[in-house]
Amino acid sequence: MIYFILIAVLLVLIIAAAIYAVRQKDLLYATLATGIISLILSVLYFLLQAPDVALTEAAIGVALTTIIFVITVRNTVRMEDESDKKEKIKSAVK
Amino acid sequence: MNESLFSLLNYGVYGTAVILMLIGLYGALIKKSLLKIVIGLSVVDSGLNLLIVALGYYKGGTAPIFSPAYLAHPQLMVDPVPQALVLTAIVIGFGVTAVALALVIRLYRHHGTLNIDQIKNLKW
Amino acid sequence: MKKLLVIVLLAVLGFYTASTFFDIGFGSPHFVKGIDPVKDIYINQTVKSLNVPNAVTSIVVNFRGFDTLGEVTVLFLAVTVLGSVLYKKRHEVGERSVLFSASSVVTSGAKLIFPAIILLGAYVFIHGHLSPGGGFQGGVIIATGFLLMLLSYESYSVSHKALSIVESLAGITFAGVGLLGLLHGGSFLHNFLPTGVMNSLFSGGIIPIIYIAVGFKVAAELTGVIYTVLNEKGEGNE
Repeated sequence: MIYFILIAVLLVLIIAAAIYAVRQKDLLYATLATGIISLILSVLYFLLQAPDVALTEAAIGVALTTIIFVITVRNTVRMEDESDKKEKIKSAVK
Repeated sequence: MNESLFSLLNYGVYGTAVILMLIGLYGALIKKSLLKIVIGLSVVDSGLNLLIVALGYYKGGTAPIFSPAYLAHPQLMVDPVPQALVLTAIVIGFGVTAVALALVIRLYRHHGTLNIDQIKNLKW
Repeated sequence: MKKLLVIVLLAVLGFYTASTFFDIGFGSPHFVKGIDPVKDIYINQTVKSLNVPNAVTSIVVNFRGFDTLGEVTVLFLAVTVLGSVLYKKRHEVGERSVLFSASSVVTSGAKLIFPAIILLGAYVFIHGHLSPGGGFQGGVIIATGFLLMLLSYESYSVSHKALSIVESLAGITFAGVGLLGLLHGGSFLHNFLPTGVMNSLFSGGIIPIIYIAVGFKVAAELTGVIYTVLNEKGEGNE
């Protein structure tokens, strides 16, 4: 029973994190949401009796993928539609 | 765990994996920002991996490791083949994401924007 | 309009995928027990001929070892592409774009914890055939340790030459052990060493050797990826 509740909560959380990651305008928060997806996924793998996969997902998905996304956000723009607004202002001035 | 709860879990795990894939594909198809497209693709990757691991699960099975306790009382094991495949797929997925992000950084450096509507000319 | 089209497309795709998998059933015995000969053969051979406790390791390294060689090659290609895409002329190389300047608490803590992380990574890939874990996981843990040092110290740098030497040696070890198996037993990656006693460290024949080589290779490659991306000088956000 407790196993069932745990899996159900994790499944709901993972869908919520995915929707947040796709809809959020601030790319830094969206990136961190993908890290949370990987974290929950690694717990799920453990519950599905796959400890090797859980270890891999915890190391790669949570640590390395997230940090590479964060560095990319730092090197480009942080907000999703920032460049769009600039273009609109430019065309309005013209 | 009784049977009805477990059959609910049937729809739950597979359904979550499929929904995760659909959310990621939606983000990759609708969004204009290149970084959002890469995020969508990585969400698709996660959903697919969950689907494959869930396929090999057997109710009441143990992890595919022959511990001394297992050898004393053998039970059924879950299928180790999907786990080995997913182990490979996760590492490859990281490599793909890293290359995609490097291309995103390079495109931003050249065009000054991440909006794919404004990156019209394919000339570098 | 485009949104509507995409939603219809995704609904059709989702319906067919989901109905296929609902038919199989989650955790159902008829898909796993008895009728699935691949799983039974792999699990029985893991105990009988290899004496290795971890079935996933035996599949990744021995039964499907050729796949693993291809996978490691793909990672190597990813590092190469990353280096060539983010190529810079020498005079443009600036200081590293650290995300923030680290405080003294972070730097001393990083110095304290770095050897422990390396030790954990080495433990995970040396014991890959006994417990969950293996070359990929251990290599990634070691790369995470280097990431911690690179984020804490602005002056800390990794020599690309040393990384490529470690990576090449590990790759040559992998391919060489495989070729020795070809000479000895007639197939690539044939297990030609004695398999020893189950659940002891020196067992499993060539499996620990290959997993240690994979661990070093993955650690070198991923450290290279992190170092290349971190050295990207921040031009945005200014």
